[in-house]
Amino acid sequence: MTTAAPSGPLLPPIDEDSAPFFEGCRRGELRMQRCSATGRLIFPPRPMSPFAPHAEPTWTTLSGRGSVWSFVVPHPPLLPWYAERAPYNVILVALDEDPHVRLAGNLVAGPGASLASVDPATLRIGLRVRAIFETLAGDVVVPRWVRDGA
Amino acid sequence: MLRPVLKDAAAIVGIAQTRFAKRLEPSEKALAAQVIVAALDEAGIAPSEVDGFASYTMETNDEVEIAKNIGAGPVTFFSQVGYGGGAGPACVGHLAMAIATGQCRVGVAWRARKRGSGGRPWAGAAQASANATWTRPYGLLRPVDEIAMLTRRYMHESGATREHLANVALAVRGMANRNPNAVMYEKTLTRDEYMAARWISEPLCLFDNCLETDGALACVLVSAERARDCRPRPVLVHAFGQGLPPQSHTMVNYWCEDPLRGPAWTCASQLYRNSDIRAQDLDVAQLYDAFTPLIPLSLEGYGFCGRGEGAAFTEGGALELGGRLPINTSGGGLSEAYVHGFNLILEGVRQLRGTSTSQVPDAETCLVTGGEGVPTSALILRRAA
Repeated sequence: MTTAAPSGPLLPPIDEDSAPFFEGCRRGELRMQRCSATGRLIFPPRPMSPFAPHAEPTWTTLSGRGSVWSFVVPHPPLLPWYAERAPYNVILVALDEDPHVRLAGNLVAGPGASLASVDPATLRIGLRVRAIFETLAGDVVVPRWVRDGA
Repeated sequence: MLRPVLKDAAAIVGIAQTRFAKRLEPSEKALAAQVIVAALDEAGIAPSEVDGFASYTMETNDEVEIAKNIGAGPVTFFSQVGYGGGAGPACVGHLAMAIATGQCRVGVAWRARKRGSGGRPWAGAAQASANATWTRPYGLLRPVDEIAMLTRRYMHESGATREHLANVALAVRGMANRNPNAVMYEKTLTRDEYMAARWISEPLCLFDNCLETDGALACVLVSAERARDCRPRPVLVHAFGQGLPPQSHTMVNYWCEDPLRGPAWTCASQLYRNSDIRAQDLDVAQLYDAFTPLIPLSLEGYGFCGRGEGAAFTEGGALELGGRLPINTSGGGLSEAYVHGFNLILEGVRQLRGTSTSQVPDAETCLVTGGEGVPTSALILRRAA
């Protein structure tokens, strides 16, 4: 398992269930599992489809678009890397393909911009967003979000 | 139809707690052992008679250590319940089931935790846990951030405001101000102070958060029949439920159909299934309050009002003594002590004994809940006739 330097961001523990998602991120794609029997999206990724236990989940690439379902603005006390950037935003994005899948992420001004690069006062539930991808550390790439059309 | 074996079969006959403080010197083990013996003393039962144990998976003292320390007899039932604050009522519920089915005769449930002096669980993380792969790397680091996310959405959908969250914080603080054992006994809180408090995770401020406390608590259960011979007035376990809804995820319950219908809804359906007591019959409630928004969400889940109506329910002093549903009458996790909700169980017992410092006149029934947002549990307690 990859471990973060104490001063860095928390890294996701990538395991066999989540590896295809993060491989997609490295390629600039938002990938998700789909139930091969019902077509429904499955998240978080897992070995079995809860909608049809005998149908193996398959991986599909999504549009990377959605809308903000909710958001928070954390203030200290926080872990050091996050405290240096606070107050920042965390958003939940309801995906266009299935709004019941709400991905956590950060709305940023653009590629490489900080977690605090968007004025929290401009955040709104319902805001249209799209995924971009950013390297957290080494080969760990995660989605970030920008306003759709930006 | 199955006979409801659990209903009124077991009773709580002894309770005890340590002092609550930001820092207590004894170890969690010493605190647990002391408080268990004190609860047995109150019940008038020798430690050698204890043959059942239940606690939290997050409890650092296991049954083996506790049994060795207190000099328990041969133990025939032991159970640990997961999911932090969701576990408390289930510890009592599991013992009640074990007593009702003859798996043990004298059960002890306890929680000893030095959360005040022992550090914040999230603060030592160097990597997100597997459970938090999808949230913590993005800065949803703490339970307060995870619940703030649901709170913002709840406000958006229901029209709830910070005034409603203040209603909760102020009602519960008022209870603590009458309870000399509460950490916040001498500290009053005004609405202006609430509104001016610093943010922790917008839309939640300092006073939307529970305390950080050292303390230990225990209770003793026996059969309702034996309870009649115990010194304290018995408090019956009338009904018990646990809840883990479909596609639920601990704390970050964001990937189900409706995250604002949390585990409380599932738990409540089981709780009331075998209960003669309905939400409208309850005299008082002890609702898990690690964060103020858990109160409106729990009011909805346990059927005191409809979905989206929990915030409005808090208006007009409804949660205060003399209101429609007094809650957390010892000060709860927000203002008495944050001990994973075990203080709520003991306060439920005191209400039905008639010994609370914020006594609801002639209280006969009390709801005690575990944390909403995690796989949870709840009890309906009633005064023995």
